[in-house]
Amino acid sequence: MPLGPADLAAIWLTLKLATLTTLLLLLLGTPIAWWLAHTRSRLKAPVSALVALPLVLPPTVIGFYLLVGMGPNGPIGQLTQSLGLGLLPFSFAGLVVGSMIYSLPFVVQPLHNAFVAMGTRPLEVAATLRAGPWDRFFTVALPLARPGLFSAGVLGFAHTVGEFGVVLMIGGNIPEKTRVVSVQIYDRVEALEYAQAHWLAGGMLAFSFLILLALYSSRRLRPAWGN
Amino acid sequence: MRRRFLTALFALIAIGRLSGAAADEVQVAVAANFAGPLQAMAEDFRNTTGHRLVASFGATGQFYAQIRHGAPFEVFLAADAATPARLEEEGEALPGSRFTYAIGTLALWSARPGYVDAGGEVLKGQGFRHLAIANPKTAPYGQAAIQVLERLGLREALAGRLVEGQSITQAHQFVASGNAELGFVALSQIQQDGRLGSGSAWIVPAGLHEPIRQDALILAKGRDNPAAQAFLDYLKGERAGRLIESFGYGR
Repeated sequence: MPLGPADLAAIWLTLKLATLTTLLLLLLGTPIAWWLAHTRSRLKAPVSALVALPLVLPPTVIGFYLLVGMGPNGPIGQLTQSLGLGLLPFSFAGLVVGSMIYSLPFVVQPLHNAFVAMGTRPLEVAATLRAGPWDRFFTVALPLARPGLFSAGVLGFAHTVGEFGVVLMIGGNIPEKTRVVSVQIYDRVEALEYAQAHWLAGGMLAFSFLILLALYSSRRLRPAWGN
Repeated sequence: MRRRFLTALFALIAIGRLSGAAADEVQVAVAANFAGPLQAMAEDFRNTTGHRLVASFGATGQFYAQIRHGAPFEVFLAADAATPARLEEEGEALPGSRFTYAIGTLALWSARPGYVDAGGEVLKGQGFRHLAIANPKTAPYGQAAIQVLERLGLREALAGRLVEGQSITQAHQFVASGNAELGFVALSQIQQDGRLGSGSAWIVPAGLHEPIRQDALILAKGRDNPAAQAFLDYLKGERAGRLIESFGYGR
Protein backbone atom coordinates (compact mmCIF):
# COMPACT_ATOMS: atom_id res chain seq x y z
CA MET A 1 0.00 0.00 0.00
CA PRO A 2 1.60 3.28 -1.08
CA LEU A 3 -0.01 5.39 1.65
CA GLY A 4 2.49 7.33 3.74
CA PRO A 5 2.40 8.81 7.25
CA ALA A 6 0.90 12.03 5.90
CA ASP A 7 -2.07 10.06 4.50
CA LEU A 8 -2.58 8.18 7.74
CA ALA A 9 -2.41 11.42 9.72
CA ALA A 10 -5.07 12.88 7.43
CA ILE A 11 -7.31 9.83 7.93
CA TRP A 12 -6.90 10.01 11.71
CA LEU A 13 -7.63 13.75 11.73
CA THR A 14 -10.74 13.25 9.59
CA LEU A 15 -12.11 10.61 11.95
CA LYS A 16 -11.41 12.85 14.94
CA LEU A 17 -13.11 15.81 13.28
CA ALA A 18 -16.15 13.78 12.23
CA THR A 19 -16.58 12.17 15.65
CA LEU A 20 -16.33 15.42 17.58
CA THR A 21 -18.56 17.27 15.13
CA THR A 22 -21.21 14.53 15.27
CA LEU A 23 -21.27 14.42 19.07
CA LEU A 24 -21.55 18.20 19.36
CA LEU A 25 -24.21 18.30 16.65
CA LEU A 26 -26.31 15.66 18.40
CA LEU A 27 -26.17 17.78 21.55
CA LEU A 28 -27.05 20.96 19.69
CA GLY A 29 -29.37 19.46 17.08
CA THR A 30 -31.65 17.55 19.48
CA PRO A 31 -33.08 20.63 21.24
CA ILE A 32 -33.40 22.44 17.89
CA ALA A 33 -35.24 19.48 16.33
CA TRP A 34 -37.42 19.12 19.42
CA TRP A 35 -38.32 22.79 19.36
CA LEU A 36 -39.09 22.67 15.64
CA ALA A 37 -41.29 19.60 16.11
CA HIS A 38 -43.39 21.15 18.87
CA THR A 39 -43.39 24.91 18.49
CA ARG A 40 -46.18 27.00 17.07
CA SER A 41 -43.96 30.04 16.98
CA ARG A 42 -43.78 32.26 13.93
CA LEU A 43 -40.05 31.71 13.98
CA LYS A 44 -40.49 28.09 13.01
CA ALA A 45 -40.33 28.68 9.25
CA PRO A 46 -37.30 31.01 9.32
CA VAL A 47 -35.40 28.73 11.70
CA SER A 48 -36.20 25.67 9.53
CA ALA A 49 -34.96 27.57 6.49
CA LEU A 50 -31.77 28.61 8.28
CA VAL A 51 -31.04 25.05 9.37
CA ALA A 52 -31.58 23.77 5.82
CA LEU A 53 -29.40 26.44 4.17
CA PRO A 54 -26.18 24.36 4.11
CA LEU A 55 -28.04 21.80 1.97
CA VAL A 56 -28.35 24.22 -0.90
CA LEU A 57 -25.45 26.64 -0.45
CA PRO A 58 -22.19 25.77 -2.17
CA PRO A 59 -19.40 25.14 0.38
CA THR A 60 -17.50 28.02 -1.17
CA VAL A 61 -20.15 30.43 0.09
CA ILE A 62 -20.07 29.00 3.61
CA GLY A 63 -16.27 28.82 3.57
CA PHE A 64 -15.89 32.35 2.27
CA TYR A 65 -18.20 33.87 4.86
CA LEU A 66 -16.56 31.84 7.62
CA LEU A 67 -13.12 33.02 6.51
CA VAL A 68 -14.24 36.63 6.51
CA GLY A 69 -16.51 36.33 9.57
CA MET A 70 -13.97 34.49 11.71
CA GLY A 71 -11.11 36.75 10.57
CA PRO A 72 -9.71 39.60 12.69
CA ASN A 73 -12.20 42.09 11.23
CA GLY A 74 -15.24 39.80 11.21
CA PRO A 75 -17.89 39.67 13.96
CA ILE A 76 -17.06 36.10 15.04
CA GLY A 77 -13.34 36.87 14.98
CA GLN A 78 -13.78 39.92 17.18
CA LEU A 79 -15.89 37.89 19.60
CA THR A 80 -13.38 35.02 19.85
CA GLN A 81 -10.53 37.51 20.25
CA SER A 82 -12.27 39.40 23.05
CA LEU A 83 -12.91 36.07 24.78
CA GLY A 84 -9.19 35.37 24.60
CA LEU A 85 -9.67 32.42 22.23
CA GLY A 86 -7.71 33.90 19.36
CA LEU A 87 -8.83 33.41 15.78
CA LEU A 88 -10.51 30.29 14.44
CA PRO A 89 -9.27 29.95 10.82
CA PHE A 90 -6.32 27.57 10.39
CA SER A 91 -7.19 25.70 13.60
CA PHE A 92 -8.87 22.40 14.43
CA ALA A 93 -11.46 24.27 16.50
CA GLY A 94 -12.26 26.37 13.44
CA LEU A 95 -12.82 23.22 11.37
CA VAL A 96 -15.17 21.87 14.04
CA VAL A 97 -17.22 25.08 13.93
CA GLY A 98 -17.29 25.04 10.13
CA SER A 99 -18.23 21.35 10.00
CA MET A 100 -21.02 21.84 12.51
CA ILE A 101 -22.59 24.49 10.31
CA TYR A 102 -22.02 22.44 7.18
CA SER A 103 -23.54 19.20 8.61
CA LEU A 104 -26.28 20.74 10.77
CA PRO A 105 -29.25 19.86 8.50
CA PHE A 106 -28.07 16.26 8.20
CA VAL A 107 -28.44 15.87 11.95
CA VAL A 108 -31.46 18.05 12.63
CA GLN A 109 -33.73 16.72 9.88
CA PRO A 110 -33.74 13.00 10.86
CA LEU A 111 -34.28 14.00 14.50
CA HIS A 112 -37.06 16.38 13.55
CA ASN A 113 -38.76 13.66 11.48
CA ALA A 114 -38.47 11.24 14.39
CA PHE A 115 -40.01 13.70 16.87
CA VAL A 116 -42.84 14.59 14.48
CA ALA A 117 -43.62 10.95 13.67
CA MET A 118 -43.75 10.13 17.37
CA GLY A 119 -46.51 12.68 17.87
CA THR A 120 -47.59 13.98 21.27
CA ARG A 121 -49.50 10.88 22.31
CA PRO A 122 -46.70 8.95 24.10
CA LEU A 123 -45.77 12.12 25.96
CA GLU A 124 -49.36 12.75 27.02
CA VAL A 125 -49.67 9.21 28.29
CA ALA A 126 -46.44 9.64 30.24
CA ALA A 127 -47.78 12.91 31.64
CA THR A 128 -50.89 11.17 32.99
CA LEU A 129 -48.48 8.84 34.78
CA ARG A 130 -47.01 11.95 36.41
CA ALA A 131 -43.76 12.03 34.48
CA GLY A 132 -42.28 15.55 34.53
CA PRO A 133 -41.21 17.25 31.26
CA TRP A 134 -37.53 16.29 31.58
CA ASP A 135 -38.43 12.78 32.59
CA ARG A 136 -40.79 12.49 29.59
CA PHE A 137 -38.08 13.70 27.28
CA PHE A 138 -35.31 11.42 28.52
CA THR A 139 -37.24 8.24 29.30
CA VAL A 140 -39.96 8.38 26.61
CA ALA A 141 -39.09 10.66 23.73
CA LEU A 142 -35.39 9.93 23.31
CA PRO A 143 -35.70 6.11 23.42
CA LEU A 144 -38.55 6.28 20.91
CA ALA A 145 -36.46 8.51 18.66
CA ARG A 146 -33.49 6.15 18.74
CA PRO A 147 -33.64 5.24 15.03
CA GLY A 148 -33.76 8.95 14.25
CA LEU A 149 -30.75 9.54 16.49
CA PHE A 150 -28.93 6.74 14.70
CA SER A 151 -29.70 8.20 11.27
CA ALA A 152 -28.71 11.66 12.44
CA GLY A 153 -25.40 10.41 13.82
CA VAL A 154 -24.53 8.36 10.75
CA LEU A 155 -25.46 11.08 8.27
CA GLY A 156 -23.71 13.80 10.27
CA PHE A 157 -20.56 11.71 10.51
CA ALA A 158 -20.54 10.67 6.84
CA HIS A 159 -21.25 14.17 5.62
CA THR A 160 -18.42 15.61 7.74
CA VAL A 161 -16.00 13.00 6.43
CA GLY A 162 -16.98 14.05 2.92
CA GLU A 163 -16.48 17.75 3.57
CA PHE A 164 -14.08 19.55 1.27
CA GLY A 165 -14.90 23.08 0.21
CA VAL A 166 -15.31 24.59 3.66
CA VAL A 167 -12.09 23.02 4.94
CA LEU A 168 -10.25 24.17 1.84
CA MET A 169 -11.36 27.75 2.42
CA ILE A 170 -10.61 28.04 6.16
CA GLY A 171 -8.12 25.25 6.86
CA GLY A 172 -4.77 26.36 5.49
CA ASN A 173 -3.72 22.73 4.83
CA ILE A 174 -1.77 22.25 8.08
CA PRO A 175 -0.67 18.65 8.73
CA GLU A 176 -2.36 17.06 11.77
CA LYS A 177 -4.44 20.17 12.35
CA THR A 178 -6.50 20.95 9.26
CA ARG A 179 -5.33 18.61 6.48
CA VAL A 180 -8.23 16.16 6.20
CA VAL A 181 -8.53 13.27 3.75
CA SER A 182 -10.49 15.12 1.08
CA VAL A 183 -7.84 17.86 0.98
CA GLN A 184 -5.07 15.28 0.96
CA ILE A 185 -6.69 13.62 -2.07
CA TYR A 186 -6.86 16.98 -3.84
CA ASP A 187 -3.15 17.53 -3.02
CA ARG A 188 -2.20 14.10 -4.35
CA VAL A 189 -4.11 14.65 -7.58
CA GLU A 190 -2.56 18.09 -8.06
CA ALA A 191 0.90 16.68 -7.42
CA LEU A 192 0.15 13.99 -10.04
CA GLU A 193 0.54 11.24 -7.43
CA TYR A 194 -2.33 9.25 -8.80
CA ALA A 195 -1.54 5.94 -7.07
CA GLN A 196 -1.90 7.46 -3.60
CA ALA A 197 -4.90 9.47 -4.77
CA HIS A 198 -6.56 6.24 -5.91
CA TRP A 199 -5.98 4.52 -2.57
CA LEU A 200 -7.42 7.41 -0.60
CA ALA A 201 -10.29 8.10 -3.00
CA GLY A 202 -11.17 4.41 -3.31
CA GLY A 203 -11.09 4.07 0.46
CA MET A 204 -13.41 7.03 0.79
CA LEU A 205 -15.81 5.55 -1.75
CA ALA A 206 -15.90 2.16 -0.01
CA PHE A 207 -16.28 3.77 3.41
CA SER A 208 -19.16 5.99 2.31
CA PHE A 209 -20.95 3.12 0.61
CA LEU A 210 -20.62 0.89 3.67
CA ILE A 211 -21.83 3.53 6.07
CA LEU A 212 -24.91 4.23 3.94
CA LEU A 213 -25.48 0.51 3.48
CA ALA A 214 -25.46 0.12 7.27
CA LEU A 215 -27.95 2.96 7.56
CA TYR A 216 -30.41 1.61 4.99
CA SER A 217 -30.09 -1.99 6.20
CA SER A 218 -31.00 -0.94 9.70
CA ARG A 219 -34.01 0.93 8.37
CA ARG A 220 -35.24 -2.18 6.61
CA LEU A 221 -34.96 -4.30 9.75
CA ARG A 222 -36.70 -1.83 12.03
CA PRO A 223 -39.33 0.34 10.42
CA ALA A 224 -38.15 3.52 12.04
CA TRP A 225 -39.92 6.41 13.67
CA GLY A 226 -37.37 8.47 11.88
CA ASN A 227 -38.87 7.81 8.51
CA MET B 1 -20.12 44.41 -42.82
CA ARG B 2 -17.49 45.72 -45.17
CA ARG B 3 -15.82 47.69 -42.42
CA ARG B 4 -15.66 44.62 -40.20
CA PHE B 5 -14.05 42.66 -42.98
CA LEU B 6 -11.46 45.38 -43.46
CA THR B 7 -10.70 45.54 -39.74
CA ALA B 8 -10.21 41.81 -39.62
CA LEU B 9 -8.00 41.94 -42.70
CA PHE B 10 -5.83 44.70 -41.23
CA ALA B 11 -5.60 42.79 -37.98
CA LEU B 12 -4.36 39.74 -39.84
CA ILE B 13 -1.77 41.77 -41.71
CA ALA B 14 -0.72 43.41 -38.46
CA ILE B 15 0.27 40.13 -36.95
CA GLY B 16 1.83 38.91 -40.15
CA ARG B 17 -0.64 36.21 -41.03
CA LEU B 18 -2.74 36.14 -44.14
CA SER B 19 -4.01 32.60 -43.95
CA GLY B 20 -6.86 31.23 -41.87
CA ALA B 21 -10.32 32.51 -41.11
CA ALA B 22 -10.97 35.59 -39.00
CA ALA B 23 -12.89 35.72 -35.74
CA ASP B 24 -12.10 32.34 -34.30
CA GLU B 25 -12.31 31.49 -30.65
CA VAL B 26 -9.47 30.10 -28.54
CA GLN B 27 -9.88 28.28 -25.24
CA VAL B 28 -7.03 29.11 -22.88
CA ALA B 29 -6.15 27.49 -19.57
CA VAL B 30 -4.36 30.09 -17.46
CA ALA B 31 -2.35 29.79 -14.24
CA ALA B 32 -4.10 31.59 -11.39
CA ASN B 33 -1.26 34.08 -10.83
CA PHE B 34 -1.61 35.37 -14.42
CA ALA B 35 -5.34 36.15 -14.14
CA GLY B 36 -4.80 39.92 -13.85
CA PRO B 37 -2.61 40.41 -16.95
CA LEU B 38 -4.71 38.02 -19.02
CA GLN B 39 -7.92 39.85 -18.30
CA ALA B 40 -6.17 43.09 -19.16
CA MET B 41 -4.99 41.75 -22.53
CA ALA B 42 -8.13 39.85 -23.59
CA GLU B 43 -9.83 42.89 -25.06
CA ASP B 44 -6.69 44.20 -26.74
CA PHE B 45 -6.16 40.78 -28.28
CA ARG B 46 -9.66 40.84 -29.67
CA ASN B 47 -9.26 44.32 -31.06
CA THR B 48 -5.94 43.63 -32.74
CA THR B 49 -6.62 40.13 -34.10
CA GLY B 50 -10.40 39.78 -34.21
CA HIS B 51 -10.18 36.47 -32.37
CA ARG B 52 -11.97 35.84 -29.13
CA LEU B 53 -10.17 34.49 -26.09
CA VAL B 54 -12.02 32.32 -23.58
CA ALA B 55 -9.99 31.88 -20.40
CA SER B 56 -10.23 29.44 -17.49
CA PHE B 57 -8.16 30.18 -14.40
CA GLY B 58 -6.84 27.50 -12.09
CA ALA B 59 -3.97 25.56 -10.62
CA THR B 60 -1.40 24.20 -13.04
CA GLY B 61 -1.46 20.64 -11.66
CA GLN B 62 -5.22 20.53 -11.91
CA PHE B 63 -5.10 21.73 -15.52
CA TYR B 64 -2.55 19.04 -16.28
CA ALA B 65 -4.92 16.33 -15.04
CA GLN B 66 -7.81 17.82 -16.99
CA ILE B 67 -5.80 18.16 -20.21
CA ARG B 68 -4.67 14.54 -19.93
CA HIS B 69 -8.31 13.58 -19.65
CA GLY B 70 -9.62 15.40 -22.66
CA ALA B 71 -10.27 18.96 -21.50
CA PRO B 72 -11.05 21.25 -24.46
CA PHE B 73 -8.18 23.70 -23.86
CA GLU B 74 -6.20 24.80 -26.89
CA VAL B 75 -3.52 26.96 -25.27
CA PHE B 76 -1.99 26.52 -21.83
CA LEU B 77 -0.31 29.28 -19.84
CA ALA B 78 1.26 27.37 -16.97
CA ALA B 79 2.75 28.63 -13.72
CA ASP B 80 5.91 26.61 -14.26
CA ALA B 81 8.16 25.20 -16.95
CA ALA B 82 7.99 21.53 -15.92
CA THR B 83 4.30 20.88 -16.60
CA PRO B 84 4.30 22.19 -20.20
CA ALA B 85 7.51 20.23 -20.87
CA ARG B 86 5.82 17.11 -19.62
CA LEU B 87 2.74 17.68 -21.76
CA GLU B 88 4.94 18.16 -24.82
CA GLU B 89 6.80 14.95 -24.06
CA GLU B 90 3.53 13.07 -23.70
CA GLY B 91 2.29 14.21 -27.09
CA GLU B 92 -0.44 16.45 -25.72
CA ALA B 93 0.96 19.57 -27.32
CA LEU B 94 2.14 21.05 -30.60
CA PRO B 95 5.89 20.33 -30.67
CA GLY B 96 8.08 23.42 -30.70
CA SER B 97 5.36 25.84 -29.61
CA ARG B 98 6.62 26.04 -26.01
CA PHE B 99 8.21 29.29 -24.78
CA THR B 100 8.62 31.32 -21.59
CA TYR B 101 6.00 34.07 -21.54
CA ALA B 102 6.76 35.46 -18.09
CA ILE B 103 9.12 35.12 -15.15
CA GLY B 104 7.29 35.35 -11.86
CA THR B 105 8.24 37.72 -9.06
CA LEU B 106 7.62 36.71 -5.48
CA ALA B 107 6.55 39.27 -2.88
CA LEU B 108 6.06 39.18 0.86
CA TRP B 109 2.82 41.02 1.44
CA SER B 110 0.64 42.21 4.30
CA ALA B 111 -2.75 43.86 4.03
CA ARG B 112 -1.59 46.28 6.75
CA PRO B 113 0.19 49.38 5.44
CA GLY B 114 3.66 49.91 6.87
CA TYR B 115 3.86 46.39 8.31
CA VAL B 116 6.34 44.85 5.88
CA ASP B 117 9.71 46.62 5.72
CA ALA B 118 11.86 47.02 2.64
CA GLY B 119 14.24 44.22 3.66
CA GLY B 120 11.77 41.59 4.81
CA GLU B 121 13.11 41.80 8.40
CA VAL B 122 9.55 41.36 9.66
CA LEU B 123 9.95 37.62 9.00
CA LYS B 124 12.48 37.37 11.82
CA GLY B 125 10.16 38.92 14.41
CA GLN B 126 7.54 37.31 16.62
CA GLY B 127 4.80 39.78 15.72
CA PHE B 128 2.80 37.49 13.42
CA ARG B 129 0.95 34.21 13.95
CA HIS B 130 0.47 33.03 10.38
CA LEU B 131 2.53 33.22 7.22
CA ALA B 132 0.54 32.16 4.16
CA ILE B 133 2.20 30.45 1.20
CA ALA B 134 0.90 28.54 -1.80
CA ASN B 135 1.13 24.75 -1.50
CA PRO B 136 4.86 24.09 -2.17
CA LYS B 137 4.11 20.61 -3.47
CA THR B 138 1.97 21.84 -6.33
CA ALA B 139 2.48 25.59 -6.78
CA PRO B 140 5.75 27.07 -8.11
CA TYR B 141 5.28 30.22 -6.03
CA GLY B 142 4.95 28.04 -2.93
CA GLN B 143 8.15 26.23 -3.85
CA ALA B 144 9.94 29.55 -4.30
CA ALA B 145 8.64 30.76 -0.92
CA ILE B 146 10.10 27.69 0.79
CA GLN B 147 13.44 28.27 -0.96
CA VAL B 148 13.48 31.85 0.33
CA LEU B 149 12.80 30.71 3.89
CA GLU B 150 15.57 28.14 3.61
CA ARG B 151 18.01 30.70 2.22
CA LEU B 152 17.18 33.05 5.10
CA GLY B 153 17.61 30.19 7.61
CA LEU B 154 14.02 30.61 8.82
CA ARG B 155 12.41 27.40 7.56
CA GLU B 156 12.57 25.58 10.90
CA ALA B 157 11.68 28.58 13.01
CA LEU B 158 8.57 29.37 10.97
CA ALA B 159 7.34 25.81 10.29
CA GLY B 160 4.64 26.08 12.96
CA ARG B 161 3.30 29.34 11.57
CA LEU B 162 2.93 28.37 7.90
CA VAL B 163 -0.53 28.06 6.39
CA GLU B 164 -0.96 26.80 2.85
CA GLY B 165 -3.40 27.88 0.22
CA GLN B 166 -4.14 25.40 -2.56
CA SER B 167 -3.05 28.01 -5.08
CA ILE B 168 -1.40 31.41 -4.97
CA THR B 169 -4.90 32.88 -5.21
CA GLN B 170 -5.86 31.33 -1.92
CA ALA B 171 -2.63 32.41 -0.22
CA HIS B 172 -3.48 35.94 -1.33
CA GLN B 173 -7.02 35.55 0.03
CA PHE B 174 -5.74 34.46 3.46
CA VAL B 175 -3.67 37.65 3.68
CA ALA B 176 -6.31 39.93 2.16
CA SER B 177 -8.91 38.78 4.71
CA GLY B 178 -6.45 39.49 7.54
CA ASN B 179 -6.42 35.89 8.75
CA ALA B 180 -2.72 35.65 7.99
CA GLU B 181 -0.71 38.75 8.87
CA LEU B 182 1.86 37.93 6.17
CA GLY B 183 2.06 35.89 3.03
CA PHE B 184 4.21 35.14 0.01
CA VAL B 185 2.18 36.04 -3.06
CA ALA B 186 2.83 36.79 -6.71
CA LEU B 187 3.74 40.41 -7.29
CA SER B 188 1.20 40.38 -10.13
CA GLN B 189 -1.58 39.94 -7.61
CA ILE B 190 -0.80 43.07 -5.62
CA GLN B 191 0.70 45.35 -8.24
CA GLN B 192 -1.06 47.14 -11.04
CA ASP B 193 0.40 49.70 -13.41
CA GLY B 194 3.67 49.40 -11.55
CA ARG B 195 2.20 50.40 -8.18
CA LEU B 196 1.26 48.49 -5.05
CA GLY B 197 -2.53 48.32 -4.71
CA SER B 198 -2.80 48.18 -0.91
CA GLY B 199 -0.95 47.15 2.24
CA SER B 200 2.82 46.81 2.36
CA ALA B 201 5.21 44.48 0.55
CA TRP B 202 8.79 43.37 0.15
CA ILE B 203 9.72 42.36 -3.37
CA VAL B 204 11.86 39.29 -2.82
CA PRO B 205 15.24 39.54 -4.60
CA ALA B 206 15.35 37.03 -7.46
CA GLY B 207 18.60 35.56 -6.10
CA LEU B 208 16.82 34.08 -3.09
CA HIS B 209 14.97 31.46 -5.12
CA GLU B 210 15.16 29.65 -8.41
CA PRO B 211 13.55 31.64 -11.22
CA ILE B 212 9.81 31.04 -11.59
CA ARG B 213 9.75 30.42 -15.33
CA GLN B 214 6.22 30.29 -16.67
CA ASP B 215 5.86 28.53 -20.00
CA ALA B 216 3.04 28.60 -22.54
CA LEU B 217 2.30 26.21 -25.39
CA ILE B 218 -0.31 25.15 -27.90
CA LEU B 219 -2.11 21.97 -26.91
CA ALA B 220 -3.06 19.17 -29.27
CA LYS B 221 -6.65 20.41 -29.47
CA GLY B 222 -5.48 23.82 -30.71
CA ARG B 223 -3.21 22.47 -33.43
CA ASP B 224 -5.45 23.54 -36.31
CA ASN B 225 -6.94 26.65 -34.72
CA PRO B 226 -5.40 29.83 -36.21
CA ALA B 227 -6.61 31.75 -33.15
CA ALA B 228 -4.38 29.62 -30.93
CA GLN B 229 -1.28 30.50 -32.95
CA ALA B 230 -2.43 34.12 -33.10
CA PHE B 231 -2.65 34.27 -29.34
CA LEU B 232 0.84 32.86 -28.86
CA ASP B 233 2.19 35.38 -31.37
CA TYR B 234 0.37 38.15 -29.55
CA LEU B 235 1.83 36.96 -26.25
CA LYS B 236 5.35 37.16 -27.69
CA GLY B 237 4.72 40.66 -29.00
CA GLU B 238 5.87 43.96 -27.57
CA ARG B 239 2.48 45.24 -26.44
CA ALA B 240 1.78 42.12 -24.42
CA GLY B 241 5.34 42.25 -23.08
CA ARG B 242 4.91 45.77 -21.74
CA LEU B 243 1.63 44.83 -20.13
CA ILE B 244 3.11 41.71 -18.54
CA GLU B 245 6.00 43.74 -17.13
CA SER B 246 3.64 46.35 -15.70
CA PHE B 247 2.22 43.58 -13.51
CA GLY B 248 5.64 42.90 -12.05
CA TYR B 249 6.77 39.95 -14.18
CA GLY B 250 10.12 39.60 -15.86
CA ARG B 251 10.45 38.52 -19.49
